[in-house]
Amino acid sequence: MTQESSAIPLTGGTTGDGGGNPPPVASVPHLRVAHIRWNVGDFVFKHLTMLFAIGVLSLVFLMGYEMYAGSALTISKFGWNFLVTSVWDPVQEQYGALPLIYGTLLSSFLALLISLPLSLGVAIFLSELSPRWLERPLSFLVELLAAIPSIVYGLWGVFVLVPWLRVTVEPWLASHFGSLPFFKGPAYGFGMLAAGLILAVMVLPIIASISRDVLQAIPNLQREAALGLGATRWETTRVILSTAKSGILGATLLGLGRAVGETMAVTLVIGNRSEISASLFNPAYSMASVIANEFSEATSSMYTSALIEIAFVLFVMTIILNALARIIVWSVTRRFKTA
Amino acid sequence: MKKTNIIIAAGLLLACVALPAAAQLKLNGAGATFPYVIYSKWFDVYHTKTGIEFNYQSIGSGGGIKQITEGTVDFGASDAPMSDAQLKDAEDKQGTPIIHIPTVMGAVVLTYNIPGVQTGLHITQEALAEIYLGTITKWNDAKITEANPGKTLPDLSIIVAHRSDGSGTTNIFTDYLTKVSPDWSTKVGKGPSVNWPVGLGGKGNEGVAGIIKQSEGSIGYVELAYAVKNSLPYALIRNKAGEYPEPTFEAVSMAAAGAAKNMPEDLRVMITNADGKGSYPISGFTWLLVYKNMKDVEKHDALVKFLRWAMTEGQTYAKDLYYAPLPKEVVKLNEAKISSLGTR
Repeated sequence: MTQESSAIPLTGGTTGDGGGNPPPVASVPHLRVAHIRWNVGDFVFKHLTMLFAIGVLSLVFLMGYEMYAGSALTISKFGWNFLVTSVWDPVQEQYGALPLIYGTLLSSFLALLISLPLSLGVAIFLSELSPRWLERPLSFLVELLAAIPSIVYGLWGVFVLVPWLRVTVEPWLASHFGSLPFFKGPAYGFGMLAAGLILAVMVLPIIASISRDVLQAIPNLQREAALGLGATRWETTRVILSTAKSGILGATLLGLGRAVGETMAVTLVIGNRSEISASLFNPAYSMASVIANEFSEATSSMYTSALIEIAFVLFVMTIILNALARIIVWSVTRRFKTA
Repeated sequence: MKKTNIIIAAGLLLACVALPAAAQLKLNGAGATFPYVIYSKWFDVYHTKTGIEFNYQSIGSGGGIKQITEGTVDFGASDAPMSDAQLKDAEDKQGTPIIHIPTVMGAVVLTYNIPGVQTGLHITQEALAEIYLGTITKWNDAKITEANPGKTLPDLSIIVAHRSDGSGTTNIFTDYLTKVSPDWSTKVGKGPSVNWPVGLGGKGNEGVAGIIKQSEGSIGYVELAYAVKNSLPYALIRNKAGEYPEPTFEAVSMAAAGAAKNMPEDLRVMITNADGKGSYPISGFTWLLVYKNMKDVEKHDALVKFLRWAMTEGQTYAKDLYYAPLPKEVVKLNEAKISSLGTR
């Protein structure tokens, strides 16, 4: 939720001044403090809040360090092989995380592929086309989707989505697109496709509601200008969309963050098999799921270390994804400003 | 007459003084989830009897072993015995050996979903191992049909299901497969989680049962208690004596009785594929892990007394809660072990 709200001011920048960089806003109070007489309350307030901010930062570093230290055993034994080999065998103490990394990334991208067009459609309808009386309840329902606990999605996946995939969707895909490598093999229902679909449903409300906020933040002046120049409804929407590009990208990457970290719903439907396979019908595994599944019964120190290293890789991956999101948003914003 | 009255009065007075002290005693434990239901019952009953409080966290066997090794709990619990290395590590850290006390028993049953086939499909040890190795892929394979004269099995692909979370159930099941199949023992091995050659993973008993319910042609293993409570169809697995025993609590206890003759002195033993007529082949103990000498004498004595109670009255609660009670032979061995802990 905090991520969500931090994305909104960023996108606000696209509509006019400021951009993504806060320095002018932040430096103003400093100047004033220097000129106004020294005040104990201000001093305490400033340093206390600074302490909190540093606390958050050091927490991130501490977590990273602890995970790094906790995985020392496997890091020294397997090195980079941990990331590029694909045997996960607790009995032989062989740990290769490639299928897990692959499973996490593929299921998340699959989710984005499905949910991005859908949620953009929802956002455009809500902000540009929907009549007033429909917009409110519809927005509420979309946001409600985000509030459903992931275990509920998981159970829905097991009892509704999986049988539907097995009986209807997968045989249909196999008979029409069976020549593609993605739709080969027996239809279990459980597998990568189920995980991608369930993640798509979970990610949709995040992308849709943030994108809607972004679109609504664009001043009406732009719409009026476009319409005034003789643009159709569709052309106007395209203008608005290109203005909101960076915000929508940010929303997408927040959605991706949710998909990457999702544990419970995924583990219930993905089939939990540490294997790389091109077919979406086959069972797969994800990093968050393997930690949730195996940590409580991991007794040997090498095993624990391997699981902690998975957590560390996931942590670094999330940081990279978030950093990427910021960079993309900034660069798009800058290009927009100069254009 | 008067003298005895005085003695009784003095005794009562002593009891009154002693009771509040006992009431404050609290023992902390952590470990296996499988025996959680019966342990809660025991702790509850024992608390009302003696005033001693127990706090048990079912965090998994691995967690239980870790915590007793680090000395953060008074007792641990595990579905798999600790390894020699783990025992040594714990003794080095705590300065006292860790003792294994088997408390109750559980078993693993194979449940399946084959259209038109009722409960009671016969499966041999070899066929079961080959199904899980992925070398038998159809239900009408000769190795399965041979054991089931009179039953017609469909030409249906087998979907194998297993636990995805680390668990004592998997440990018992893979221990069994390791004993009956040389192929399994070299290719896969045993443990709370293994590198499965084939199959889908479900989280917990309910996850495996979910996969089986959803998929025609599937087979998977769950705890006996779970199968009984949910009246799932089950397969009959051939035992060492060549019979196909029903997975009942009696057959499970029988397996332990068969194994009791060659129980090692430290009571760490897996009793899968046990000898003896009528014994169910995929059974196992669950253990309480206690220190030989606890630093806190009062706690030590209380725990020893509790263990004695668990071996006698405690066992009577087992069946109602879907656990197999220990056979007499094992209780006897246990009692000797508990006496060796001594009260001070």
